[in-house]
Amino acid sequence: MPAPHGGKLIRRVDGNKNIDDIEKIKVSRDLAHDLENIAYGVFSPLEGFMCREDFESVLHHMRLANDLPWTIPIVFDFDDSIKEGDEVALVGENGTVAIMNIEEIYSYDKKEYAEKVFRTTDIAHPGVKKLTEMKEKLVGGKITLVKEGKEEFDKYYLKPYETRILFKEKGWRDIVAFQTRNVPHIGHEYVQKTALTFVDGIFINPIIGKKKKGDFKDEVILKAYDALIEHYYLKDRAVLAILKTEMRYAGPREAIFHAIVRKNFGCTHFIVGRDHAGVGNYYGPYDAHEIFNEFPDLGITPIFFKSFFYCKKCGGVVNEKICPHDKEHHVYYSGTAIRKMLMNGEMPPETMMRKEVAEIIMSYDNPFVD
Amino acid sequence: MTEGKEEKGKYTTVSIPTPLAEKIKKRIEGTGFNSISSYVTYVLRELLASMEEEEEEAFSKEDEEKIKERLRALGYLD
Repeated sequence: MPAPHGGKLIRRVDGNKNIDDIEKIKVSRDLAHDLENIAYGVFSPLEGFMCREDFESVLHHMRLANDLPWTIPIVFDFDDSIKEGDEVALVGENGTVAIMNIEEIYSYDKKEYAEKVFRTTDIAHPGVKKLTEMKEKLVGGKITLVKEGKEEFDKYYLKPYETRILFKEKGWRDIVAFQTRNVPHIGHEYVQKTALTFVDGIFINPIIGKKKKGDFKDEVILKAYDALIEHYYLKDRAVLAILKTEMRYAGPREAIFHAIVRKNFGCTHFIVGRDHAGVGNYYGPYDAHEIFNEFPDLGITPIFFKSFFYCKKCGGVVNEKICPHDKEHHVYYSGTAIRKMLMNGEMPPETMMRKEVAEIIMSYDNPFVD
Repeated sequence: MTEGKEEKGKYTTVSIPTPLAEKIKKRIEGTGFNSISSYVTYVLRELLASMEEEEEEAFSKEDEEKIKERLRALGYLD
């Protein structure tokens, strides 16, 4: 099992801390999720929100100030009356409570942030849009979790110290992680099973949190995966658990971030597909593959996949590395086409989506985020 | 290979034998590496990462059993 990023699994939890006499600040559900991610080591080696030195190093070098790979700023924006040296209690909408020691308050350049992280300043990009809505100052400092939030999908919520024990108990040494924000179609299943052929187990780890309009609802994704695993996976070879964090849609940079997080859960391999964490046409379809060349010290092995498709001549699911036939014989897994069928109450063909998965999705009046 | 402005980072100078530097110069021709420094940095990062050791998580038997109990209750373990 790989060492956590930075060598040590961070654990910053103290349920006995008293917050009665300290200033309380309300934070969003997404920020509360990241508080728990820091506290439970999902974001190891981070121990709090980034101070300026780490923030700038991440922006310009895709590494923390100590040279460890890290590509996405984990920051807390706030512009009210707190000052350096204060201790505040951050209270999430979901009931999460954490104490933060305000080490540094600093300003930042939103345009530079957008250019570096999202490779665009286009306001139509959801990450850029969110950035423009952020406050003008960032606040850095260590946090300690006092109380975990309670949420709908907690039965799927595992922390890295739990997955590491789980994988050990299952006797898994090589574990491949699959990041998703979608319901599974046959193309996803083949990617996962191809990777699974070479390792001991697969860790299917959907992102639960703020998504963009038109994405599938979290509940639908989880139920669809439950159905897929129940009917088509060996029980001892697949684990489904959630990652509570928002999608940043930062494409290649987010692929590295996603890989680091899965390394912290104890995974040895990470599947990177086409246009990983992308949105619109802001990134090339395989930019998220190429960026891994810059990180020989990531500590988790990426497995790159190009798209799978159904070949009528082969009579099965293949990809461009193994199918010799022309495109006229291929049926591609278009998320948009599947979505359209589902919206029209039409069952997608079984060459595209498992019947059990489609039935789950179709049981919802509206399976999409409004 | 490296994104960003070099001047914003912290750098130091390391001496290597000139013949080695010449070999590296030839080795990186036509690759994505734009300097001997970027190649040496890459190789050293790779080497150091391969030597990374995990600090053992200090769970007592009791704590580990509690975690396993939760995993069983959630259906992750039999």
